Amino acid sequence: MSQKVIAGVTVDVNEEGYFTNPAQWTKDLALAIAAEEGIALTDKHYAVLEFLRERFSKGEALTIRSVGNSGIIDIKGFYGLFPGAPMKKAAKIAGIPKPASCV
Amino acid sequence: MKRLLILGAGTGGTIMANKMRKLLARDEWEITIVDQHKTHYYQPGFLFIPFGMYTRPDVVKPKTSFLPLGVEVIFQEIDRIDGANNHVMLKDGISLRYDYLIIATGTRVVPEETPGLKGPLWHKNIFDFYTIEGATALADFFKTWPGGELVLNIADVPIKCPVAPLEFVMFADAFFVERGVRSKVNISYATPMSGAFTKPRASKVLGALLEEKNINIIPDFYLEKVDNDRKMLVSYDDREIPFDCLVTVPVHKGDAMIGRSGLGDEMDFAKAHKHTLQSDFFPNIFVIGDAGNFPTSKAGSVVHFQADVLTENLMCAIENRPFTESFDGHSNCYIETGFGKGALIDFNYDTEPLPGSFPFPGIGPFGLLKETRMNHYGKLLFRWIYWHILLKGKEMPIDSKMTMAGKKM
Ligand SMILES: Cc1cc2nc3c(=O)[nH]c(=O)nc-3n(C[C@H](O)[C@H](O)[C@H](O)COP(=O)(O)OP(=O)(O)OC[C@H]3O[C@@H](n4cnc5c(N)ncnc54)[C@H](O)[C@@H]3O)c2cc1C
Repeated sequence: MSQKVIAGVTVDVNEEGYFTNPAQWTKDLALAIAAEEGIALTDKHYAVLEFLRERFSKGEALTIRSVGNSGIIDIKGFYGLFPGAPMKKAAKIAGIPKPASCV
Repeated sequence: MKRLLILGAGTGGTIMANKMRKLLARDEWEITIVDQHKTHYYQPGFLFIPFGMYTRPDVVKPKTSFLPLGVEVIFQEIDRIDGANNHVMLKDGISLRYDYLIIATGTRVVPEETPGLKGPLWHKNIFDFYTIEGATALADFFKTWPGGELVLNIADVPIKCPVAPLEFVMFADAFFVERGVRSKVNISYATPMSGAFTKPRASKVLGALLEEKNINIIPDFYLEKVDNDRKMLVSYDDREIPFDCLVTVPVHKGDAMIGRSGLGDEMDFAKAHKHTLQSDFFPNIFVIGDAGNFPTSKAGSVVHFQADVLTENLMCAIENRPFTESFDGHSNCYIETGFGKGALIDFNYDTEPLPGSFPFPGIGPFGLLKETRMNHYGKLLFRWIYWHILLKGKEMPIDSKMTMAGKKM
């Protein structure tokens, strides 16, 4: 485990930059990490991030399809918000561990 | 009389019926098991069918041959579970009361979830091998196929037996080499994951194997639709893969009945505690196998290990004791790699597959995370073990908990 300073705040992250302690997350940190990924966060982004954090806290699997079924956005739109690898990027910005793409 | 009701007479339901009938007094407990189909399929055998190594008779037997005397069997579709009133309704209107309930209804493939997958090319150029119908149709297709673009695609995870698609492409490589047409067949493996497998070390080893066999891995490919006119797979980020033969592993879901009963997640997998196997909703409902939302492989070996835990914990619940057993996510899979060889992986919730020997440290006879002939025989032997030992709930020389002995860090 290592630490990283984001927007002046020290947080615990793993080798790939994912938070290891989701409680350290704030919206300001999200903004800064998103900027590193070249993403400007909108309300829609935040709604997805909150959805992921909520599922994570309940121990539920984080899948692209679950975002598509969330009523917040469809899968195509999810790819639009977080281009490339949406689940990995969104998890990183949401301050939760990298989703272990289910076995 | 009290009743233990088991839903689903596949791998998990059958094992539990056998184990529990031995433990529950016959004058006190009725055991009833319900399934919609009379035939038991040895599903791991579906992998061998497209390549003509097995045919239908090798993988089917009547379900009743594996259920013990003293278990009532009902062949009927289950309509819903009424957990609040301890009742299960069947399609024909019959209602069954229970004291304890085991959900073992497995998972099913749902090609309808992906636009165009079950279109005009279904079972003409597009096949699945996770059903007997798909596997046999593909066997017929391969008999006369002159070659072209062969694409295996996993539509989404989780899927049953996550190594089966890898085995499929490695078998395909060997099959076309042996027929002397490998140069006419281009094999691709398009997966929504970032590599060949979910866990890093196994992914590396298996990825290297695919490369060696000249199988093209296309990672992070998340299928949106299939264009039948252009014979093209299209991903959500608008990448395209052309195919002449598409072998699909469609989206998996639990049975719709789980969703109707309010006991599942959005994919209809029954929500249950990953260690105790108890339902999140009712203390007298337990879940085993593919039907559950457990974060481990959906595999027969997992079902077998879970059965030991569930037997203990169910007895605890019945006798009003705290749970004494905890499932660790143990999974153990033989992986066919073609040309008479195989690999083996052994892992759980917390430990990824590691190299070493199994089940006896330093001796084997099976090698972990490497290709050997012995591992291939292990897989072939598994069919016999499945029918004769596993389903009947008899003891096997493998502990339900994973062990680090014999593994190299
Ligand atoms: C191609 C392939 C290869 C595989 N290879 C391997 C392998 O090498 N090793 C390994 O360990 N595992 C392997 N597996 C996985 C293994 O077969 C399954 O994980 C295992 O059979 C799951 O057991 P289960 O009891 O959870 O479900 P199942 O055995 O699928 O049983 C579920 C039962 O519930 C019944 N049911 C469902 N809904 C209803 C309803 N509404 N009403 C009535 N009945 C219902 C079904 O008819 C079925 O009989 C493979 C699977 C496939 C498809």
